[in-house]
Amino acid sequence: MATVRIAKLNKSYGDAAILRDIDLSVDDGEFVVLVGPSGCGKSTLLRMIAGLDGVTSGDIFIGERRVNDLEPAHRKIAMVFQSYALYPHMNVKKNMTFGLKFSGMAQPEMDRRVAEAARMLRLEPLLERRPRDLSGGQRQRVAIGRAIVREPDVFLFDEPLSNLDAALRVSTRVEIAKLHRLLGATMIYVTHDQIEAMTLADRIVVMNHGLIAQVGKPLDLYYHPANLFVAGFIGSPAMNFFDASVAAKNATAVTISGPGVAAFDAAVKNFSGPVGAKIKIGVRPEHLLAEGGSGFKIAGAVELVERLGETSYAHVRATPEVALIAEIRGRDAPNAGDPIALSAHERDLHLFDERGERIAID
Amino acid sequence: MRSRYTIFGVHVILLAYTLLATLPILLVIMNSFKSRNAIFGSPLSPPNADTFSLIGYTKVLGKSHFVTYLLNSMIVTLGSMGLVLLFGAMAAWALTEYKFRGSTLLALFLSIGIMVPIRLGSVAIVAMMRQSGLNDTLTALVLVYVAQGLPMAIFILSEFIEQIPKDLRDAARCDGVPETRIFFEVIAPLLRPAIATVAVFTMVPVWNDLWFPLILTSSDSTHTITLGVQQFVGQYTTDWNSVLSALSLAILPIVVIYVIFSRQLIAGLTSGAVK
Repeated sequence: MATVRIAKLNKSYGDAAILRDIDLSVDDGEFVVLVGPSGCGKSTLLRMIAGLDGVTSGDIFIGERRVNDLEPAHRKIAMVFQSYALYPHMNVKKNMTFGLKFSGMAQPEMDRRVAEAARMLRLEPLLERRPRDLSGGQRQRVAIGRAIVREPDVFLFDEPLSNLDAALRVSTRVEIAKLHRLLGATMIYVTHDQIEAMTLADRIVVMNHGLIAQVGKPLDLYYHPANLFVAGFIGSPAMNFFDASVAAKNATAVTISGPGVAAFDAAVKNFSGPVGAKIKIGVRPEHLLAEGGSGFKIAGAVELVERLGETSYAHVRATPEVALIAEIRGRDAPNAGDPIALSAHERDLHLFDERGERIAID
Repeated sequence: MRSRYTIFGVHVILLAYTLLATLPILLVIMNSFKSRNAIFGSPLSPPNADTFSLIGYTKVLGKSHFVTYLLNSMIVTLGSMGLVLLFGAMAAWALTEYKFRGSTLLALFLSIGIMVPIRLGSVAIVAMMRQSGLNDTLTALVLVYVAQGLPMAIFILSEFIEQIPKDLRDAARCDGVPETRIFFEVIAPLLRPAIATVAVFTMVPVWNDLWFPLILTSSDSTHTITLGVQQFVGQYTTDWNSVLSALSLAILPIVVIYVIFSRQLIAGLTSGAVK
């Protein structure tokens, strides 16, 4: 078990900066998920922690050790790959013990570890099989087993569920969560799937363009996104954004209005901009109400309704330029062409200044 | 759907080519079992009760150094094939996997070897072998053939190595497998189909080569089979029985080795590695 600390970490290939000044600490036993769109640098960060990619500048510590110049084998990490990366010419048991042989481990200890991992992952009947005779889910369990037998300080997962079908993804996700509870090991997990991030993580690190956009508990990110990027990235369907501006301002509140949005007052904490400053209002589709909201109000016509059963998503056009999605629960969803009036509670509104930073609402 | 006529046409062409390629060999084998008069009298007819004769084989196996020649050919062919495969695979791995100072230059230098025929250097090679005391040894032949086979081997194997998922070596590195073991125990087993291909490509020209044995070996104990056969070809008379029997026998080992390797040519070994 160990902590992971990353300080002022940079990675660039030639002139292209992949990661810029990354600072992050992962507590002992914590499950941290790195999430972001493709190309944001999350996999590179994980590979640098593993030692597979070199460090351009900055430091990586695992426990008390600075591991920048250590080989992957000496970092006490184990990595699970998206492609599983099982050795195709070895059976399941050999796949798990192949790496252990080189650490000079005695055969009985190897057997004990394999037996334990196989029991944990229900691999016992598969130990003599080759990877090509296994299903995708089984292969991924073998890959996880190969990580477990190393008894590493830190587990690294690189999009381990991306190659599985939807049903397997859910069940394997649950298994990984259980495994984390059982082993209590530090785990760093890369994914582009926000559901995986929300359900597995103790803390989520949202990355964008080689920078950390926000670090926080899953629900913190959902309720208090620090900036426009996180607000738009976390939540599905994505948050609706409306252009607006500050119409009036006094000591404790600002009046906000915008195209299609009726003027309303918001008690903001730290807004220093002038009257007339452009801001963005964010409202999640699930927080738009057909009735009973206060403050934020918007009206328009329903263009399209996606019915998923329990919920429906109404695509609404307020003005020719302003469109939004509202989640309607229950059976009485509107039909395309219907007029609709929506509102939201003040506590469910998110305001962002011109730079995209969050404006706290009192 | 391709039309029947197209399929028919393709088969006619293939059949014609097969005949063209195999008929001379068939002729050699057929005539090796005939008496001298029959070889000249009716070269295209198969041996019958009157013309059947094993005189060529008894001469070749009994009176000449044929077995030595055959053994020499085997040693030279298998030796150079083994070294080409070992060094070729290692070099291909190093050139694709590691970026070091001069690696691009080295790759370029080796690819020149594909384009420039090694025989252009014959004079220099003979001089070199003389100076290093390797003249008239099998080692000299092996060295030349390794140099001849390496560039193509590296080229083909590099292409195959590129296709092996990078995650595999990353996983092995995380597993704590030393670099040399990654190559020999993870990468090399996956290269088997490629290695078989290269083996066949290397082996055939070496086995058939006449030029280098001719200029590098001088005694009976170092002659290879292709050179050995030449002693039956005289300036005024040629012992066709012996020539044809020796050639027929020379085909056998290469066919056996080919059959062994062609089984390995079946690709698809990496299935199950990823995805």
